[in-house]
Amino acid sequence: MTGPRPAARRRRPFGEVPGLGTLAAGFLVFLYAPIAVLVAYSFNAGSIVMVWTGFSTDWYARAFANADIRQAAFNSLVVAVTATAIATVVATLAALVLARGGRFRGSEAVLGLISLPLMVPEIVTAVAVLVFFSGIGLNLGLGNVVIAHVTFCIPFAFMPIRARLDGMDTTLEQAAQDLYASEWATFRLVTLPLLMPGVLAGAMLSFVISMDDFIITMMVAGAGDTTLPVYIYSMIRHGITPEVNAVSSILLLVSIVLVTLYWFMTRTGPGTARR
Amino acid sequence: MALLPARAPLRRTLGLLPAVAIILAFMVVPVAIMAVFSFLVPRSFGGVEWTFSTDAYVQILFERMLDDSLRFSPGYLMIVLRSFGLALLATVSCLLVGFPVAWFMARRPPGERNLWVLLITIPFWTNQLVRTFAWIIILGRNGVIEAPFRWAGILDQGATLGLMYSNLAITVGLTYTFIPLMVLPIYASLEKLDFSLVEAAADLYSSRLATFRRVVIPLARPGIIAGCLLVFIPSLGAFIQPDLLGGGKKLMLGTLVQFQFTTARNWPFGAAIAMVLLALVMVVLILHARAARPHPAPGGGQ
Repeated sequence: MTGPRPAARRRRPFGEVPGLGTLAAGFLVFLYAPIAVLVAYSFNAGSIVMVWTGFSTDWYARAFANADIRQAAFNSLVVAVTATAIATVVATLAALVLARGGRFRGSEAVLGLISLPLMVPEIVTAVAVLVFFSGIGLNLGLGNVVIAHVTFCIPFAFMPIRARLDGMDTTLEQAAQDLYASEWATFRLVTLPLLMPGVLAGAMLSFVISMDDFIITMMVAGAGDTTLPVYIYSMIRHGITPEVNAVSSILLLVSIVLVTLYWFMTRTGPGTARR
Repeated sequence: MALLPARAPLRRTLGLLPAVAIILAFMVVPVAIMAVFSFLVPRSFGGVEWTFSTDAYVQILFERMLDDSLRFSPGYLMIVLRSFGLALLATVSCLLVGFPVAWFMARRPPGERNLWVLLITIPFWTNQLVRTFAWIIILGRNGVIEAPFRWAGILDQGATLGLMYSNLAITVGLTYTFIPLMVLPIYASLEKLDFSLVEAAADLYSSRLATFRRVVIPLARPGIIAGCLLVFIPSLGAFIQPDLLGGGKKLMLGTLVQFQFTTARNWPFGAAIAMVLLALVMVVLILHARAARPHPAPGGGQ
């Protein structure tokens, strides 16, 4: 056969643009290279981050031995656990009402209010809450930080719980009621167990969000109430040693593990509703 | 629909009360107070005098001279414009890179797609501050990019490429931080796209460009708009990226607000800037709500 086939109008399929795979691979490199660089330099023996002198885990030992870092990490955990617990309970209650309470006047407004923390720029919330706390003279130390965190964690806890509720089959609940289970028994024995993956997912998201928050915490936290991100920020400000990289790497690891867990949890089980 | 478990209005109220009360008390009220403060007069070391004044807003555009006359002073306007410009630049670069990546993901077999979603989600949920700090190591003096130049002798010992503390560095930081928010919604809309429509267009001798413009873009529109919003809005109010990568010289609205409440201690002016920022965000959201009205609104995202 010589020459082009006359009827070879069938071009390469539309979606397959050459080089797209390379671009996507390059994109992954773009996403992960900075993280890899950061972690790599945490193993630098020398005290100047960007001058590689040899492999060492000394900076991790130093970070663990640093009492300020330990205190900051402890504060971060206390805040994240407390804020997550409160936000998850509050968000679950709200999600139950909004998903199962039928339509009512103002439900749209409540939904808007709950997603408000996602829309207001963080820095605006940060200074507003700072001014508000100092104005009413609220001085609970870490308590102030917890209150601020609960507020912005609520929408993050709410979203997966609501999605789970919307995706759940209500016939089981109806069957329980048909079999004369009390409302409370139905909720405890049927609804809650089915809802649990959503609740856990919401709790995990709000934990990660709380652990990672920097701007609001920086503005609200008093001198003794430093959390890990705020401490890392002050370290960056005072000159970068691989110790910053070591602490940062630990924080990255925690988030990555939690997000991966979250991902597997939201994917398993029937009735999973991903947006 | 369902009858469980919150039927009675009382239970409905009790269920919603904690969430509503917390967000009202610790979000809506504080922001309202800021709005009030923006119309007051500053006290010397922070705080406000209860005297009505629009000076804080006037100060954004004008400088008050000794004889009380006003002179146009573009300093703060520049910061507003820079914030807008850099946020726009970050949005465009996220779109240019994000769309092809989302397209690629949507054409993968289903199992592989989920893996891609996970890989793109992970960096987004890791600490923003830490990820931005990583760029100091890359762009900074003696950083990863400069090192080979120095090693090859192209760059002298004291010299630097000057990548840090620039608009470029901030834009890279913003793009890097927020690009997952562009890829994921576009991917979500492309994944649902019926590729037989695309093939139909090709079968009917539509050119590639025409197919793309007339078929793909309209179908992906909700995702594109959602992605642009999710990148633009946080970029506009960003603090970490201009602070760490702009080095205090290239201020944006977020850093300016923070500066007024910490170092400068001019609360009304800081509040006025915060209100400008909030107003810009609201305008964008309202425009979006209008534009999206015919279609179902794309999900709020994370």
